[in-house]
Amino acid sequence: MKKYIDQGKNDTRSGFGAGLTELGRTNPNVVALCADLIGSLKMDQFIKENPERFFQIGIAEANMMGIAAGLTIGGKIPFTGTFANFSTGRVYDQIRQSIAYSNKNVKICASHAGVTLGEDGATHQILEDLGLMKMLPGMVVINPCDYNQTKAATIAIADYEGPVYLRFGRPKVANFTAVDQKFEIGKALHLTEGTDVTIVATGHLVWEALIAAETLESQGISAEVINIHTIKPLDANAIINSVKKTGCIVTAEEHNILGGLGESVARVLATNHPTPQEFVGTNDTFGESGTPEELMDKYGLNNKAIVNAVVKVIKRK
Amino acid sequence: MPRLEELQDLTTQVRRDILRMVHKVNSGHPGGSLGCAEFFVALYNEIMELNEGFDMDGKGEDLFFLSNGHISPVFYSVLARSGYFSVDELNTFRLINSRLQGHPTTHEGLPGIRIASGSLGQGLSVAIGAATAKKLNKDSNLVYSLHGDGELQEGQNWEAIMYASAKKVDNIIATIDLNGQQIDGATDTVLPMGSIRAKFEAFGWEVLDIEEGNNLEAIIAGLKKAKTMTGNGKPVCVLLHTVMGNGVDFMMHTHAWHGKAPNDEQLEKALAQNPETLGDY
Repeated sequence: MKKYIDQGKNDTRSGFGAGLTELGRTNPNVVALCADLIGSLKMDQFIKENPERFFQIGIAEANMMGIAAGLTIGGKIPFTGTFANFSTGRVYDQIRQSIAYSNKNVKICASHAGVTLGEDGATHQILEDLGLMKMLPGMVVINPCDYNQTKAATIAIADYEGPVYLRFGRPKVANFTAVDQKFEIGKALHLTEGTDVTIVATGHLVWEALIAAETLESQGISAEVINIHTIKPLDANAIINSVKKTGCIVTAEEHNILGGLGESVARVLATNHPTPQEFVGTNDTFGESGTPEELMDKYGLNNKAIVNAVVKVIKRK
Repeated sequence: MPRLEELQDLTTQVRRDILRMVHKVNSGHPGGSLGCAEFFVALYNEIMELNEGFDMDGKGEDLFFLSNGHISPVFYSVLARSGYFSVDELNTFRLINSRLQGHPTTHEGLPGIRIASGSLGQGLSVAIGAATAKKLNKDSNLVYSLHGDGELQEGQNWEAIMYASAKKVDNIIATIDLNGQQIDGATDTVLPMGSIRAKFEAFGWEVLDIEEGNNLEAIIAGLKKAKTMTGNGKPVCVLLHTVMGNGVDFMMHTHAWHGKAPNDEQLEKALAQNPETLGDY
């Protein structure tokens, strides 16, 4: 099984900040907006280098989404920055009408997604954002897995014409994908080849899936780990082709299993190649305060949960 | 024919368009549309600097955003009669497969529309964004927007109003259609808002009243004055005092025709008060 090495723990939000900084240097149409969370979104360097292309909106996310939509009229490529909760649920109708239905080239960049936000608790830990955003017609939904991939995704979405939701997080996690990777929207990445089970993971759960695959290998189970960074449009062929080989699948995400990646995968398989599937994710619940590790463990969002799901799904073949 | 008379004829024809559009599909919003007919005619014919044709970015021309999208009939009529699309297309208003959706949208590619509106309270933020893009592009043209008075009950407006003055977005003229009516009744009954002038002033805007909001000459003079107030570090608000349903006696001074179409008999009566001028579509 192919091994991946952690190049040093880092937060995905810093990958976003680094990507935005690079865009500031290479694409004069890129502008950034923030609703009073510059430090949390790691936007400082972009602002330092491009003060005239940054707009501090204040604590007014609805206004931020509308202003971003307006900035596209005149050719700007706005990147909005706030927490995932305030990037989606708080401003859903503004995104729906002024951005998605109006097909505006806005990049909604959302940090602190999921329970790994940690101690702030459930008010800030959105676990419904992928579902909310993937339901909007025309919205691209991306949840990269580490610093390098988040940086590459941030740079790539500037070249895509249309609304994008980019989701990332707060904790420092393993950074294991290639530094100089080319990010292709909608393209699944095969991380390991396997024959007994397919594990499809997104975001922080991808590294957990790789750890799970190693554990499974030691138990004589060969797992094929696929990194789905783009939840919409979903790389259906990659998933279908993999389960044709393995015969079962586990999906893993830091999100409610109602409305998340797993349901998108289930739809693809139900209509193309019905396959036993188990879901790793939160189950119709809010989060709570705690450390990221404690929360991942309590809510069944780690490598142990993935191993358990694999054992279960293989029995259903 | 003197210019004013031409514009008056156009306004009468726009009223006919509005009435016939909503009557045909027995739905839509004639009241606010009629109340703003003179404003739209003045804006598109005497006030805005417009390029030939339509492109989304609108560089080097003035832009207009309709926030209270339910008055789409007046917007569509004036756009069609300004050459953005064929007046015959007004026949398709609210019908299946039409570009003239119940509320305006960019989704069907109708020339002249730059944002979807209908869910209220979002247009001012969009207009501020477009005005900001103009500043970044060193484009000296202006951004105009129109909002219902009842619409100001939506909180997003006040985020936007606060932002525009704080950030000196002084290339925008936001007009409030002060007709004092909303769906459930008079704005003073539904949710009294106090002095809208005082509120905008307290938020740091320049405010200009157009007391005769259904008088073409007064609107043109008022909007020309508003233009002179731009570029001075403050956003400009125009309070346009209109009568809902203007031009059709039985539709005036009431909220009853906010979202109701006339029947055959009512249409005939309303059209008789607005004889054909430029030709029906």
